[in-house]
Amino acid sequence: MGGSLINLAYLVSAVLFILGLKGLSHPRTAVRGNRLGALGMLIAIVATLLNQNIISYALVLVGLVVGAFIGLLMALRVQMTAMPQMVALLNGFGGIASALVAGASLIETTLPEVIPPVPLLQLTAATAASGIIGAVTFWGSLVAFGKLQGIITENPLQISSLHYINGILLLGAVGLGVMLTLNPTAVGYYWTLLAVASLVGLLLVFPIGGADMPVVIALLNSYSGLAAASTGFVLNNNALIITGSLVGASGIILTTIMCKAMNRSLRNVLFGVWVPSEAGPKAEDVYAGKVKATSPDELAMLLEGGRSVVIVPGYGMAVSQAQHAVRDLMQILEAQGIEVEFAIHPVAGRMPGHMNVLLAEADVPYNKLKEMDEINPRFEQVDVVIVIGANDVVNPLARTDPNSPIAGMPILDVDKARSVVVIKRSLSPGFAGIPNPLFSADNTLMLFADAREGVQGIISALKAK
Amino acid sequence: METFVVALTVFVLAIFVGFEVITKVPPTLHTPLMSGSNAISGITIIGAILSAGTQHTTLTAILGTLAVVFATINVVGGFAVTDRMLQMFKPSKREKV
Repeated sequence: MGGSLINLAYLVSAVLFILGLKGLSHPRTAVRGNRLGALGMLIAIVATLLNQNIISYALVLVGLVVGAFIGLLMALRVQMTAMPQMVALLNGFGGIASALVAGASLIETTLPEVIPPVPLLQLTAATAASGIIGAVTFWGSLVAFGKLQGIITENPLQISSLHYINGILLLGAVGLGVMLTLNPTAVGYYWTLLAVASLVGLLLVFPIGGADMPVVIALLNSYSGLAAASTGFVLNNNALIITGSLVGASGIILTTIMCKAMNRSLRNVLFGVWVPSEAGPKAEDVYAGKVKATSPDELAMLLEGGRSVVIVPGYGMAVSQAQHAVRDLMQILEAQGIEVEFAIHPVAGRMPGHMNVLLAEADVPYNKLKEMDEINPRFEQVDVVIVIGANDVVNPLARTDPNSPIAGMPILDVDKARSVVVIKRSLSPGFAGIPNPLFSADNTLMLFADAREGVQGIISALKAK
Repeated sequence: METFVVALTVFVLAIFVGFEVITKVPPTLHTPLMSGSNAISGITIIGAILSAGTQHTTLTAILGTLAVVFATINVVGGFAVTDRMLQMFKPSKREKV
Protein backbone atom coordinates (compact mmCIF):
# COMPACT_ATOMS: atom_id res chain seq x y z
CA MET A 1 0.00 0.00 0.00
CA GLY A 2 1.55 3.27 -1.10
CA GLY A 3 2.33 6.23 1.14
CA SER A 4 -0.53 8.39 -0.06
CA LEU A 5 -3.06 5.60 0.38
CA ILE A 6 -1.87 5.12 3.95
CA ASN A 7 -2.18 8.86 4.51
CA LEU A 8 -5.71 8.76 3.12
CA ALA A 9 -6.52 6.03 5.62
CA TYR A 10 -5.17 8.29 8.38
CA LEU A 11 -7.45 11.06 7.17
CA VAL A 12 -10.41 8.70 7.47
CA SER A 13 -9.29 7.88 11.02
CA ALA A 14 -9.03 11.55 11.94
CA VAL A 15 -12.53 12.21 10.59
CA LEU A 16 -13.88 9.25 12.57
CA PHE A 17 -12.24 10.59 15.74
CA ILE A 18 -13.91 13.97 15.26
CA LEU A 19 -17.30 12.35 14.56
CA GLY A 20 -16.75 10.16 17.60
CA LEU A 21 -16.17 13.16 19.85
CA LYS A 22 -19.22 14.84 18.34
CA GLY A 23 -21.22 11.77 19.35
CA LEU A 24 -20.32 12.47 22.97
CA SER A 25 -22.53 15.58 22.89
CA HIS A 26 -25.49 13.46 24.05
CA PRO A 27 -25.72 10.25 26.10
CA ARG A 28 -27.98 8.78 23.40
CA THR A 29 -25.34 9.01 20.66
CA ALA A 30 -22.30 8.58 22.87
CA VAL A 31 -21.90 4.79 22.66
CA ARG A 32 -21.93 4.94 18.87
CA GLY A 33 -19.51 7.89 18.94
CA ASN A 34 -17.01 6.01 21.04
CA ARG A 35 -17.23 3.02 18.71
CA LEU A 36 -16.65 5.27 15.69
CA GLY A 37 -13.48 6.43 17.39
CA ALA A 38 -12.41 2.84 17.99
CA LEU A 39 -13.08 2.05 14.33
CA GLY A 40 -10.90 5.02 13.35
CA MET A 41 -8.11 3.64 15.50
CA LEU A 42 -8.44 0.19 13.94
CA ILE A 43 -8.19 1.70 10.45
CA ALA A 44 -5.08 3.66 11.44
CA ILE A 45 -3.42 0.56 12.91
CA VAL A 46 -4.20 -1.66 9.91
CA ALA A 47 -2.96 1.01 7.47
CA THR A 48 0.26 1.30 9.43
CA LEU A 49 0.79 -2.46 9.39
CA LEU A 50 0.72 -2.29 5.56
CA ASN A 51 3.76 0.01 5.50
CA GLN A 52 6.41 -1.52 3.22
CA ASN A 53 9.31 -0.61 5.49
CA ILE A 54 8.18 -3.04 8.16
CA ILE A 55 10.50 -6.05 7.98
CA SER A 56 9.13 -8.11 10.86
CA TYR A 57 5.76 -8.33 12.57
CA ALA A 58 6.91 -10.47 15.49
CA LEU A 59 7.63 -7.68 17.97
CA VAL A 60 4.64 -5.62 16.82
CA LEU A 61 2.28 -8.53 17.41
CA VAL A 62 3.80 -9.28 20.81
CA GLY A 63 3.35 -5.65 21.78
CA LEU A 64 -0.23 -5.49 20.50
CA VAL A 65 -1.28 -8.73 22.22
CA VAL A 66 0.34 -7.91 25.55
CA GLY A 67 -1.02 -4.35 25.51
CA ALA A 68 -4.52 -5.41 24.48
CA PHE A 69 -4.61 -8.07 27.20
CA ILE A 70 -3.55 -5.66 29.94
CA GLY A 71 -5.83 -2.91 28.64
CA LEU A 72 -8.90 -5.14 28.47
CA LEU A 73 -8.22 -6.59 31.90
CA MET A 74 -7.99 -3.10 33.38
CA ALA A 75 -11.10 -1.86 31.56
CA LEU A 76 -13.30 -4.81 32.54
CA ARG A 77 -12.22 -5.06 36.16
CA VAL A 78 -11.98 -1.45 37.27
CA GLN A 79 -14.65 -0.24 39.67
CA MET A 80 -16.50 2.92 38.70
CA THR A 81 -15.34 4.59 41.92
CA ALA A 82 -11.74 3.96 40.80
CA MET A 83 -12.20 5.57 37.37
CA PRO A 84 -10.00 8.61 38.21
CA GLN A 85 -7.04 6.31 38.93
CA MET A 86 -7.64 4.36 35.73
CA VAL A 87 -7.77 7.48 33.56
CA ALA A 88 -4.66 8.86 35.29
CA LEU A 89 -2.78 5.66 34.48
CA LEU A 90 -3.95 5.62 30.85
CA ASN A 91 -2.90 9.28 30.43
CA GLY A 92 0.54 8.35 31.67
CA PHE A 93 0.87 5.39 29.33
CA GLY A 94 -0.06 7.51 26.34
CA GLY A 95 2.50 10.12 27.34
CA ILE A 96 5.38 7.69 27.79
CA ALA A 97 4.54 5.90 24.51
CA SER A 98 4.86 9.22 22.64
CA ALA A 99 8.18 10.00 24.33
CA LEU A 100 9.56 6.52 23.48
CA VAL A 101 8.46 6.79 19.84
CA ALA A 102 10.13 10.21 19.55
CA GLY A 103 13.33 8.77 21.05
CA ALA A 104 13.34 5.82 18.67
CA SER A 105 12.85 8.16 15.68
CA LEU A 106 15.73 10.30 16.88
CA ILE A 107 18.04 7.29 16.93
CA GLU A 108 16.81 6.13 13.53
CA THR A 109 17.67 9.46 11.90
CA THR A 110 21.28 9.15 13.05
CA LEU A 111 21.60 6.03 10.87
CA PRO A 112 23.01 6.52 7.36
CA GLU A 113 20.29 4.46 5.64
CA VAL A 114 17.39 6.46 7.08
CA ILE A 115 16.22 9.66 5.38
CA PRO A 116 14.80 11.97 8.06
CA PRO A 117 11.07 12.55 7.49
CA VAL A 118 11.38 16.25 8.38
CA PRO A 119 14.24 18.79 8.56
CA LEU A 120 16.61 18.01 11.43
CA LEU A 121 15.81 21.18 13.35
CA GLN A 122 12.09 20.35 13.40
CA LEU A 123 12.82 16.73 14.23
CA THR A 124 15.05 17.44 17.20
CA ALA A 125 12.95 20.30 18.57
CA ALA A 126 9.77 18.24 18.33
CA THR A 127 11.51 15.23 19.85
CA ALA A 128 12.61 17.36 22.80
CA ALA A 129 9.05 18.68 23.25
CA SER A 130 7.61 15.18 23.05
CA GLY A 131 10.18 13.92 25.55
CA ILE A 132 9.53 16.66 28.09
CA ILE A 133 5.73 16.52 27.84
CA GLY A 134 5.66 12.72 27.68
CA ALA A 135 7.89 12.22 30.71
CA VAL A 136 6.05 14.85 32.77
CA THR A 137 2.74 13.21 31.83
CA PHE A 138 3.96 9.72 32.72
CA TRP A 139 5.45 10.46 36.12
CA GLY A 140 2.86 13.08 37.01
CA SER A 141 0.13 10.56 36.21
CA LEU A 142 1.80 7.84 38.27
CA VAL A 143 1.89 10.18 41.28
CA ALA A 144 -1.77 11.12 40.68
CA PHE A 145 -2.60 7.41 40.49
CA GLY A 146 -0.71 6.79 43.73
CA LYS A 147 -2.59 9.58 45.50
CA LEU A 148 -6.01 8.48 44.26
CA GLN A 149 -5.29 4.87 45.12
CA GLY A 150 -4.18 5.90 48.60
CA ILE A 151 -0.58 4.71 48.12
CA ILE A 152 0.76 8.27 48.47
CA THR A 153 -0.69 10.77 50.94
CA GLU A 154 -3.51 12.87 49.51
CA ASN A 155 -2.65 15.79 51.76
CA PRO A 156 -1.30 18.86 50.02
CA LEU A 157 2.32 19.59 50.88
CA GLN A 158 3.31 23.15 51.66
CA ILE A 159 6.86 23.38 50.37
CA SER A 160 7.16 26.60 48.39
CA SER A 161 10.88 26.07 47.59
CA LEU A 162 9.84 22.92 45.70
CA HIS A 163 8.40 25.06 42.94
CA TYR A 164 11.68 26.92 42.46
CA ILE A 165 13.57 23.64 42.25
CA ASN A 166 11.01 22.44 39.78
CA GLY A 167 11.30 25.60 37.69
CA ILE A 168 15.07 25.19 37.50
CA LEU A 169 14.68 21.54 36.52
CA LEU A 170 12.23 22.46 33.77
CA LEU A 171 14.63 25.11 32.46
CA GLY A 172 17.35 22.45 32.52
CA ALA A 173 15.19 20.10 30.47
CA VAL A 174 14.50 22.84 27.92
CA GLY A 175 18.23 23.63 27.83
CA LEU A 176 18.99 19.98 27.10
CA GLY A 177 16.43 20.17 24.30
CA VAL A 178 18.25 23.17 22.82
CA MET A 179 21.56 21.26 23.04
CA LEU A 180 19.89 18.40 21.19
CA THR A 181 18.77 20.65 18.34
CA LEU A 182 22.37 21.92 18.04
CA ASN A 183 23.82 18.38 18.12
CA PRO A 184 21.16 16.14 16.49
CA THR A 185 23.32 13.01 16.67
CA ALA A 186 24.04 13.35 20.39
CA VAL A 187 21.18 11.11 21.54
CA GLY A 188 22.57 11.19 25.08
CA TYR A 189 21.04 14.62 25.53
CA TYR A 190 17.61 13.11 24.95
CA TRP A 191 17.93 10.48 27.66
CA THR A 192 19.18 13.09 30.13
CA LEU A 193 16.25 15.31 29.13
CA LEU A 194 13.85 12.43 29.83
CA ALA A 195 15.39 11.88 33.27
CA VAL A 196 15.15 15.57 34.21
CA ALA A 197 11.59 15.90 32.87
CA SER A 198 10.62 12.80 34.87
CA LEU A 199 11.70 14.59 38.04
CA VAL A 200 9.65 17.61 36.99
CA GLY A 201 6.57 15.41 36.60
CA LEU A 202 7.06 13.83 40.03
CA LEU A 203 7.63 17.13 41.82
CA LEU A 204 4.80 18.88 39.98
CA VAL A 205 2.02 16.58 41.17
CA PHE A 206 3.47 15.41 44.48
CA PRO A 207 2.52 18.51 46.51
CA ILE A 208 -1.02 18.77 45.10
CA GLY A 209 -3.90 17.71 47.36
CA GLY A 210 -6.48 15.04 46.60
CA ALA A 211 -9.38 17.44 46.11
CA ASP A 212 -7.47 19.18 43.31
CA MET A 213 -7.06 15.92 41.38
CA PRO A 214 -9.88 16.75 38.91
CA VAL A 215 -7.75 19.64 37.63
CA VAL A 216 -4.56 17.60 37.59
CA ILE A 217 -6.09 14.70 35.68
CA ALA A 218 -7.68 17.03 33.14
CA LEU A 219 -4.36 18.80 32.64
CA LEU A 220 -2.43 15.54 32.24
CA ASN A 221 -5.13 14.44 29.79
CA SER A 222 -4.30 17.51 27.74
CA TYR A 223 -0.56 16.81 28.02
CA SER A 224 -0.95 13.26 26.72
CA GLY A 225 -2.57 14.76 23.62
CA LEU A 226 0.14 17.38 23.20
CA ALA A 227 2.83 14.68 23.52
CA ALA A 228 1.16 12.76 20.68
CA ALA A 229 0.95 15.95 18.59
CA SER A 230 4.65 16.65 19.17
CA THR A 231 5.49 13.14 18.06
CA GLY A 232 3.40 13.89 14.97
CA PHE A 233 5.80 16.77 14.23
CA VAL A 234 8.71 14.32 14.63
CA LEU A 235 7.26 11.78 12.20
CA ASN A 236 5.58 14.34 9.92
CA ASN A 237 2.33 12.44 10.52
CA ASN A 238 -0.95 14.37 10.31
CA ALA A 239 -2.95 11.66 12.06
CA LEU A 240 -0.88 12.20 15.21
CA ILE A 241 -0.97 15.97 14.90
CA ILE A 242 -4.76 16.19 14.42
CA THR A 243 -5.60 13.66 17.09
CA GLY A 244 -3.08 15.05 19.54
CA SER A 245 -4.44 18.56 19.22
CA LEU A 246 -8.05 17.36 19.60
CA VAL A 247 -7.13 15.70 22.90
CA GLY A 248 -4.99 18.65 23.90
CA ALA A 249 -7.96 20.99 23.36
CA SER A 250 -10.29 18.66 25.24
CA GLY A 251 -8.02 18.50 28.27
CA ILE A 252 -7.54 22.27 28.33
CA ILE A 253 -11.30 22.87 28.21
CA LEU A 254 -11.92 20.47 31.09
CA THR A 255 -9.06 22.02 33.07
CA THR A 256 -10.61 25.47 32.61
CA ILE A 257 -14.06 24.25 33.64
CA MET A 258 -12.65 22.64 36.78
CA CYS A 259 -10.66 25.74 37.72
CA LYS A 260 -13.71 27.97 37.25
CA ALA A 261 -15.78 25.63 39.40
CA MET A 262 -13.29 26.16 42.21
CA ASN A 263 -12.84 29.87 41.47
CA ARG A 264 -9.07 29.33 41.32
CA SER A 265 -6.53 29.92 38.62
CA LEU A 266 -4.59 27.00 37.17
CA ARG A 267 -1.46 28.62 38.58
CA ASN A 268 -2.99 28.60 42.02
CA VAL A 269 -3.94 24.92 41.78
CA LEU A 270 -0.49 23.88 40.57
CA PHE A 271 1.75 26.17 42.57
CA GLY A 272 -0.52 27.75 45.14
CA VAL A 273 0.23 27.29 48.79
CA TRP A 274 -3.06 26.81 50.61
CA VAL A 275 -2.91 28.96 53.73
CA PRO A 276 -5.58 28.05 56.29
CA SER A 277 -7.65 31.15 56.88
CA GLU A 278 -7.37 32.71 60.34
CA ALA A 279 -9.84 35.44 59.49
CA GLY A 280 -12.87 33.21 59.02
CA PRO A 281 -15.24 32.09 61.76
CA LYS A 282 -14.09 29.42 64.20
CA ALA A 283 -15.73 26.01 64.15
CA GLU A 284 -16.86 26.33 67.81
CA ASP A 285 -18.60 29.63 67.12
CA VAL A 286 -20.35 28.31 64.04
CA TYR A 287 -21.51 25.00 65.48
CA ALA A 288 -21.83 25.54 69.27
CA GLY A 289 -25.30 24.54 70.44
CA LYS A 290 -26.86 25.09 67.03
CA VAL A 291 -26.30 21.78 65.24
CA LYS A 292 -29.40 19.59 65.21
CA ALA A 293 -28.69 15.87 64.99
CA THR A 294 -31.48 13.70 63.70
CA SER A 295 -32.46 10.06 63.25
CA PRO A 296 -33.50 8.02 60.21
CA ASP A 297 -37.06 7.77 61.57
CA GLU A 298 -37.40 11.53 61.84
CA LEU A 299 -36.01 11.91 58.33
CA ALA A 300 -38.45 9.35 56.95
CA MET A 301 -41.31 11.47 58.25
CA LEU A 302 -39.77 14.64 56.84
CA LEU A 303 -39.30 13.06 53.43
CA GLU A 304 -42.82 11.69 53.28
CA GLY A 305 -44.17 15.15 53.93
CA GLY A 306 -42.32 16.61 50.94
CA ARG A 307 -43.10 16.65 47.26
CA SER A 308 -39.71 17.40 45.78
CA VAL A 309 -36.34 16.05 46.92
CA VAL A 310 -32.91 16.90 45.56
CA ILE A 311 -29.92 14.71 46.38
CA VAL A 312 -26.44 16.27 46.35
CA PRO A 313 -23.73 13.61 46.09
CA GLY A 314 -20.08 14.27 46.95
CA TYR A 315 -16.88 12.30 47.17
CA GLY A 316 -18.09 10.75 50.43
CA MET A 317 -20.73 8.85 48.42
CA ALA A 318 -18.00 7.38 46.23
CA VAL A 319 -15.81 6.47 49.20
CA SER A 320 -18.54 4.47 50.92
CA GLN A 321 -19.91 3.05 47.63
CA ALA A 322 -23.33 4.42 48.50
CA GLN A 323 -24.58 4.95 44.93
CA HIS A 324 -26.75 1.81 44.88
CA ALA A 325 -28.33 2.64 48.22
CA VAL A 326 -29.00 6.15 46.93
CA ARG A 327 -30.73 4.67 43.88
CA ASP A 328 -32.93 2.53 46.17
CA LEU A 329 -33.85 5.62 48.16
CA MET A 330 -34.76 7.42 44.93
CA GLN A 331 -37.04 4.58 43.83
CA ILE A 332 -38.82 4.34 47.19
CA LEU A 333 -39.47 8.07 47.24
CA GLU A 334 -40.65 8.07 43.64
CA ALA A 335 -43.02 5.19 44.39
CA GLN A 336 -44.66 7.57 46.88
CA GLY A 337 -45.07 10.23 44.22
CA ILE A 338 -42.17 12.39 45.38
CA GLU A 339 -40.07 13.95 42.65
CA VAL A 340 -36.34 13.14 43.05
CA GLU A 341 -33.48 14.87 41.25
CA PHE A 342 -29.71 15.02 41.67
CA ALA A 343 -27.67 18.21 41.81
CA ILE A 344 -24.08 17.72 40.74
CA HIS A 345 -21.31 20.21 41.34
CA PRO A 346 -18.64 20.25 38.62
CA VAL A 347 -15.82 19.32 41.00
CA ALA A 348 -17.73 16.75 43.06
CA GLY A 349 -15.59 13.63 43.19
CA ARG A 350 -12.07 13.16 42.00
CA MET A 351 -12.47 13.79 38.27
CA PRO A 352 -14.82 15.72 35.98
CA GLY A 353 -18.17 13.90 35.74
CA HIS A 354 -17.22 11.33 38.39
CA MET A 355 -20.57 11.46 40.24
CA ASN A 356 -22.55 11.12 37.00
CA VAL A 357 -20.79 7.86 36.16
CA LEU A 358 -21.35 6.45 39.65
CA LEU A 359 -25.06 7.26 39.54
CA ALA A 360 -25.38 5.95 35.99
CA GLU A 361 -23.77 2.73 37.21
CA ALA A 362 -26.52 2.48 39.81
CA ASP A 363 -29.18 2.91 37.07
CA VAL A 364 -30.11 6.46 37.91
CA PRO A 365 -31.47 7.90 34.62
CA TYR A 366 -29.20 10.61 33.24
CA ASN A 367 -32.03 13.13 32.84
CA LYS A 368 -32.31 13.27 36.64
CA LEU A 369 -28.70 14.48 36.93
CA LYS A 370 -28.86 18.28 36.99
CA GLU A 371 -25.99 20.71 36.52
CA MET A 372 -25.30 23.43 39.03
CA ASP A 373 -26.48 26.31 36.84
CA GLU A 374 -29.68 24.50 36.01
CA ILE A 375 -30.74 23.57 39.52
CA ASN A 376 -29.47 26.55 41.55
CA PRO A 377 -32.41 28.89 40.74
CA ARG A 378 -34.86 26.13 41.75
CA PHE A 379 -33.61 25.29 45.25
CA GLU A 380 -36.13 27.64 46.86
CA GLN A 381 -38.95 25.42 45.62
CA VAL A 382 -37.32 22.22 46.86
CA ASP A 383 -38.80 20.66 50.01
CA VAL A 384 -35.85 18.54 51.12
CA VAL A 385 -32.22 18.51 49.99
CA ILE A 386 -30.14 15.51 51.03
CA VAL A 387 -26.41 16.22 51.00
CA ILE A 388 -24.42 12.98 50.93
CA GLY A 389 -20.71 13.21 51.62
CA ALA A 390 -20.25 16.73 50.21
CA ASN A 391 -19.00 19.74 52.14
CA ASP A 392 -17.13 22.64 50.55
CA VAL A 393 -19.33 22.67 47.43
CA VAL A 394 -22.41 23.47 49.57
CA ASN A 395 -20.73 25.92 51.95
CA PRO A 396 -22.65 29.25 51.89
CA LEU A 397 -19.51 31.08 53.12
CA ALA A 398 -18.44 31.08 49.47
CA ARG A 399 -21.26 33.56 48.87
CA THR A 400 -21.26 35.48 52.12
CA ASP A 401 -17.69 35.77 53.43
CA PRO A 402 -15.31 37.60 51.06
CA ASN A 403 -12.33 36.64 53.25
CA SER A 404 -13.05 32.93 53.12
CA PRO A 405 -10.55 30.76 51.20
CA ILE A 406 -13.47 29.59 49.07
CA ALA A 407 -14.92 33.09 48.56
CA GLY A 408 -16.47 33.40 45.12
CA MET A 409 -16.42 29.68 44.42
CA PRO A 410 -19.69 28.73 42.73
CA ILE A 411 -21.63 26.49 45.09
CA LEU A 412 -24.90 24.60 45.08
CA ASP A 413 -27.31 26.88 46.95
CA VAL A 414 -28.83 24.06 49.00
CA ASP A 415 -29.27 26.34 52.03
CA LYS A 416 -32.15 28.01 50.17
CA ALA A 417 -34.24 24.84 50.20
CA ARG A 418 -37.01 24.44 52.80
CA SER A 419 -35.14 21.69 54.67
CA VAL A 420 -31.62 20.37 54.31
CA VAL A 421 -30.44 16.99 55.50
CA VAL A 422 -26.69 16.40 55.66
CA ILE A 423 -25.44 12.84 55.94
CA LYS A 424 -21.89 13.03 57.22
CA ARG A 425 -19.82 11.15 59.73
CA SER A 426 -18.77 14.19 61.77
CA LEU A 427 -18.48 17.95 61.62
CA SER A 428 -14.91 17.67 60.32
CA PRO A 429 -14.06 20.25 57.66
CA GLY A 430 -13.65 19.50 53.97
CA PHE A 431 -10.57 20.17 51.88
CA ALA A 432 -10.79 23.92 52.41
CA GLY A 433 -10.35 23.38 56.15
CA ILE A 434 -13.13 25.75 57.15
CA PRO A 435 -16.37 25.24 59.11
CA ASN A 436 -19.62 25.08 57.17
CA PRO A 437 -22.47 27.25 58.52
CA LEU A 438 -24.90 25.10 56.54
CA PHE A 439 -24.52 22.40 59.20
CA SER A 440 -25.85 24.70 61.94
CA ALA A 441 -28.46 26.52 59.86
CA ASP A 442 -32.05 26.63 61.16
CA ASN A 443 -33.37 24.50 58.31
CA THR A 444 -30.60 21.88 58.48
CA LEU A 445 -30.68 18.47 60.15
CA MET A 446 -27.51 16.42 60.52
CA LEU A 447 -27.53 12.65 60.25
CA PHE A 448 -24.18 11.58 61.64
CA ALA A 449 -23.41 8.37 59.74
CA ASP A 450 -21.38 6.84 56.97
CA ALA A 451 -22.99 7.72 53.64
CA ARG A 452 -24.21 4.22 52.80
CA GLU A 453 -25.31 3.29 56.32
CA GLY A 454 -27.12 6.60 56.65
CA VAL A 455 -29.04 6.15 53.40
CA GLN A 456 -29.84 2.54 54.23
CA GLY A 457 -31.10 3.69 57.62
CA ILE A 458 -33.54 6.10 55.98
CA ILE A 459 -34.67 3.37 53.56
CA SER A 460 -35.46 0.96 56.42
CA ALA A 461 -37.32 3.70 58.25
CA LEU A 462 -39.37 4.48 55.14
CA LYS A 463 -40.15 0.79 54.59
CA ALA A 464 -41.18 0.30 58.19
CA LYS A 465 -44.05 2.77 57.76
CA MET B 1 10.45 25.01 6.77
CA GLU B 2 7.73 24.06 4.27
CA THR B 3 6.85 20.79 6.03
CA PHE B 4 6.84 22.53 9.38
CA VAL B 5 4.41 25.22 8.27
CA VAL B 6 2.05 22.63 6.79
CA ALA B 7 2.21 20.60 9.99
CA LEU B 8 1.67 23.70 12.11
CA THR B 9 -1.35 24.67 9.98
CA VAL B 10 -2.90 21.27 10.56
CA PHE B 11 -2.12 21.51 14.27
CA VAL B 12 -3.70 24.92 14.76
CA LEU B 13 -6.82 24.13 12.71
CA ALA B 14 -7.32 20.86 14.57
CA ILE B 15 -7.17 22.68 17.90
CA PHE B 16 -10.03 24.91 16.73
CA VAL B 17 -12.04 21.88 15.65
CA GLY B 18 -11.31 20.34 19.04
CA PHE B 19 -12.59 23.39 20.92
CA GLU B 20 -15.76 23.51 18.81
CA VAL B 21 -16.56 19.83 19.29
CA ILE B 22 -15.57 19.45 22.93
CA THR B 23 -17.45 22.49 24.25
CA LYS B 24 -20.68 20.71 23.19
CA VAL B 25 -20.05 17.75 25.48
CA PRO B 26 -22.36 18.00 28.54
CA PRO B 27 -20.81 17.77 32.05
CA THR B 28 -22.68 14.50 32.56
CA LEU B 29 -20.33 12.88 30.07
CA HIS B 30 -17.07 14.48 31.15
CA THR B 31 -15.62 11.30 32.60
CA PRO B 32 -16.27 9.23 29.44
CA LEU B 33 -14.97 12.21 27.43
CA MET B 34 -11.69 12.00 29.31
CA SER B 35 -11.29 8.27 28.94
CA GLY B 36 -12.44 8.33 25.31
CA SER B 37 -10.23 11.24 24.24
CA ASN B 38 -7.49 9.51 26.17
CA ALA B 39 -7.97 6.41 24.06
CA ILE B 40 -7.59 8.34 20.82
CA SER B 41 -4.43 10.02 22.09
CA GLY B 42 -3.04 6.47 21.88
CA ILE B 43 -2.78 7.20 18.13
CA THR B 44 0.93 7.42 18.85
CA ILE B 45 0.67 3.63 18.45
CA ILE B 46 1.21 4.05 14.70
CA GLY B 47 4.65 5.55 15.29
CA ALA B 48 5.37 2.78 17.78
CA ILE B 49 4.40 0.07 15.28
CA LEU B 50 6.76 1.55 12.68
CA SER B 51 9.72 1.62 15.07
CA ALA B 52 9.00 -1.89 16.33
CA GLY B 53 8.51 -3.18 12.79
CA THR B 54 11.31 -1.49 10.86
CA GLN B 55 13.88 -2.55 13.48
CA HIS B 56 16.73 -0.33 12.31
CA THR B 57 18.67 -1.07 15.49
CA THR B 58 18.06 -3.36 18.44
CA LEU B 59 17.49 -0.34 20.66
CA THR B 60 14.87 1.24 18.39
CA ALA B 61 13.12 -2.12 18.12
CA ILE B 62 12.99 -2.43 21.92
CA LEU B 63 11.84 1.17 22.39
CA GLY B 64 9.23 0.69 19.67
CA THR B 65 7.91 -2.53 21.19
CA LEU B 66 7.68 -0.96 24.65
CA ALA B 67 5.82 1.96 23.10
CA VAL B 68 3.44 -0.46 21.32
CA VAL B 69 2.62 -2.09 24.66
CA PHE B 70 1.98 1.23 26.43
CA ALA B 71 0.01 2.70 23.54
CA THR B 72 -2.10 -0.45 23.12
CA ILE B 73 -3.02 -0.45 26.82
CA ASN B 74 -4.00 3.17 26.33
CA VAL B 75 -6.07 2.48 23.21
CA VAL B 76 -7.76 -0.80 24.15
CA GLY B 77 -8.21 0.07 27.83
CA GLY B 78 -9.49 3.54 26.98
CA PHE B 79 -12.08 2.54 24.38
CA ALA B 80 -13.24 -0.51 26.36
CA VAL B 81 -13.73 1.32 29.64
CA THR B 82 -15.47 4.22 27.87
CA ASP B 83 -17.85 1.79 26.19
CA ARG B 84 -18.54 0.15 29.53
CA MET B 85 -19.32 3.50 31.12
CA LEU B 86 -21.45 4.87 28.30
CA GLN B 87 -23.65 1.80 28.26
CA MET B 88 -24.65 2.61 31.84
CA PHE B 89 -26.14 5.97 30.87
CA LYS B 90 -29.87 5.43 30.36
CA PRO B 91 -32.83 7.81 30.18
CA SER B 92 -35.72 7.36 32.61
CA LYS B 93 -38.46 5.03 31.42
CA ARG B 94 -41.27 7.54 31.73
CA GLU B 95 -39.85 10.47 29.81
CA LYS B 96 -37.71 9.31 26.91
CA VAL B 97 -35.29 12.14 26.14
